Amino acid sequence: MESSSSSSSAAAAEDWKPTISQEEQWTLESQVFHIYRLLCNIPPNSQAAMLELQRDSHMEYLLKGLRHLGPSFSVLDANRPWICYWIFHSIALLGESIDVTLEHNAIDFLMRCQDQHGGYGGGPGQMPHLATTYAAVNTLITLGGHKSLASINRGKTYLFLRRMKHTSGGFSMHDGGEVDVRACYTAISVASVLNILDEELVQGVGNYILSCQTYEGGIAGEPGSEAHGGYTFCGLATMILINEVNRLNLASLTDWLVFRQGVEGGFQGRTNKLVDGCYSFWQGGAAMLIQRLHAATGSTSSESSDDEDSMAEISPDREEGQHSDVDEVNSSSIPINFINRHTETEPLFQSQALQQYILLCSQVEGGFRDKPGKGRDHYHTCYCLSGLAVAQYSWSKDADSAPLPGSLLGPYSNLLEPVNPLHNIVLEQYNEAREFFSNASAL
Amino acid sequence: MDSDEDERTLLPLSQRPEWSDVTPVPQNDGPNPVVPIAYSEEFAEVMGYFRAVYLADERSLRALHLTTEAIQFNAGNYTVWQFRRLILEALNADLHEELEFVEQLASKNSKNYQLWHHRRWVAEKLGTEAASRELEFTKNIFVNDAKNYHAWSHRQWVLQNLGGWEDELAYCNELLEDDIFNNSAWNQRYFVITRHPGLGGIEATIDSELDYTIKSILIKPENESPWRYLRGLHKNNVQSFVTNPKISTLCLNVLTSKANPVFALSLLLDLISKGFEPNQDLKNAIEVVVPESNSQDSDISVTICTVLEIIDQMRVNYWRWRKKNLHPQVAEGVANLHIH
Repeated sequence: MESSSSSSSAAAAEDWKPTISQEEQWTLESQVFHIYRLLCNIPPNSQAAMLELQRDSHMEYLLKGLRHLGPSFSVLDANRPWICYWIFHSIALLGESIDVTLEHNAIDFLMRCQDQHGGYGGGPGQMPHLATTYAAVNTLITLGGHKSLASINRGKTYLFLRRMKHTSGGFSMHDGGEVDVRACYTAISVASVLNILDEELVQGVGNYILSCQTYEGGIAGEPGSEAHGGYTFCGLATMILINEVNRLNLASLTDWLVFRQGVEGGFQGRTNKLVDGCYSFWQGGAAMLIQRLHAATGSTSSESSDDEDSMAEISPDREEGQHSDVDEVNSSSIPINFINRHTETEPLFQSQALQQYILLCSQVEGGFRDKPGKGRDHYHTCYCLSGLAVAQYSWSKDADSAPLPGSLLGPYSNLLEPVNPLHNIVLEQYNEAREFFSNASAL
Repeated sequence: MDSDEDERTLLPLSQRPEWSDVTPVPQNDGPNPVVPIAYSEEFAEVMGYFRAVYLADERSLRALHLTTEAIQFNAGNYTVWQFRRLILEALNADLHEELEFVEQLASKNSKNYQLWHHRRWVAEKLGTEAASRELEFTKNIFVNDAKNYHAWSHRQWVLQNLGGWEDELAYCNELLEDDIFNNSAWNQRYFVITRHPGLGGIEATIDSELDYTIKSILIKPENESPWRYLRGLHKNNVQSFVTNPKISTLCLNVLTSKANPVFALSLLLDLISKGFEPNQDLKNAIEVVVPESNSQDSDISVTICTVLEIIDQMRVNYWRWRKKNLHPQVAEGVANLHIH
């Protein structure tokens, strides 16, 4: 066992046999600290190289996936809009452009995944599904431009979302599908960004999410289940998008969240589980949302009138069903005011440690992985890069201002594009889509 | 699977007489698809026939067998699963066989959403007679993966909808004895305490649960799970949280041992924010955690935050933020701050 691990030395004093959780944790710690020791023991210029984001090899890996996936990807045959999102969002985070033909091919392909009655399926001819609808819509916004944005049938998407509405207040993933917090998030995120969110869709969602916040503070997939990073992000973002976030116990959610960052620097998804690169975004993004909430609520005086306005938007009186005075235009301004809000609050997590874990433990030659010893994939590439962007901008006072010197780990070329954490879309593309859909006709 | 079916799966569909009347429907990927998958011939063929029966809405026995093959190639195809349910209903099929089908798949696909959703659907149709088999099924999953999220959700659904609560607390004990760090088992324990129809809820069990939790903490004070569980037990009873001497004694015991003090300090901070007043022993214990910090503030909460900033570097910003927000509205935390 590694002497650098405090928990292992404590346990060495005990005559208890380590449990499975401990054994797994110590094994990972020893692997991670081995890598960190390597970093400490090499000259500074080699350190910079070790911490460098390997842009070229990542682009090569991503572009290859767009053009060809081997037979082993058949198990993801019902997730192809997701693969599109993981890849195109990664490329957008890297600030790289792609050739126009590839863009058109992507728009054409996603058109074939769009169901005639609204929503997108996992591939051409498959039933529409909320998660792949979220992935397809986010991809098309990331691609940007009139052709791409206009290819989304907003009216039919709305009808699909209404059809997925469940009696519990939540949403079903698809006709006859499971009801959980993921379904709520993907439905509300899509409706919000397309400017089709209304009271019928919102009704009952807040109660459903609230029923999933656990005694630990985080949010579970379903009432009674265990607090989990992915669902916590989904639940928190949903509550912000529907303007009911203050109904959550934010103090306990924050406390649970900050304890998910492990000694390795990365985030774990649940208490006493191993860290995993993908939670860099799920937990790191949730931490960024909390930080922005504090920007709204943390100061009670000497704020500009702009902030007063946005505060008014975020403070909800909506628990008792008095929703009638909130029209679509008003509710659709919540996310943009939230994201554009100026913040003086520091990040709630250790940003440098997170960047170190992502760059040294998750990054491989072309792509990212869960942890040392695991293989790369497009999912982890997307969420490691998203988490890296969140960490890099975590000290910035405005969503789109350049990071402060010192908040970026590694060379300046590591800097990624800033994201809108509510939807995990690169900010510039999100702004374009917002403008496009706010001018779109009413349904 | 019987040998008859094995033989059938060996022959390509195009050579099976019972499929001779069906023309497979190719996937409409367009001329230049992105993320194209190089499907094996077998995969492409099965999906071609699947699309044909799906579009024709053919709810037949051969269509059921076809969905079996398609699911074995890709258990994530929710369209196939959903169509399979329609067929099972149309044929009024024996759902016990369906349980076996899912069990075979689960050995390789235990983290697949569709599989668990399907299992829940089958169990719901079978009703209470399914309870014990479902509990056994999840138990078998936990042998290899005691924290399988889907399996825990399924188990909770079974307990709430089909019953079988009798041995659940004992089962939690068993799992926690194996691995006291298993947070899923702690979560299940909370589920049992709060929802078991015969235990009377937290109110009726708080004394024994608190003792169990304190005992667990003292075995491994660095284990976060029971610390959170302890807070959970008092979620709706601030009064007993603040006044129960067992809790402050626990903090004192941990602080004066050589164990990691972070969770004890963090709990104390919450206790004080809710009105608890630490005695001199506790104050001394807090101050000696980092003797060199010299932060003997008149406000013990400030001292705790300062100590945590020093010993819990990963969360230094958080503790600083907590310190900044100690006054004036400590108890409400951020939840209340939207009110000007």
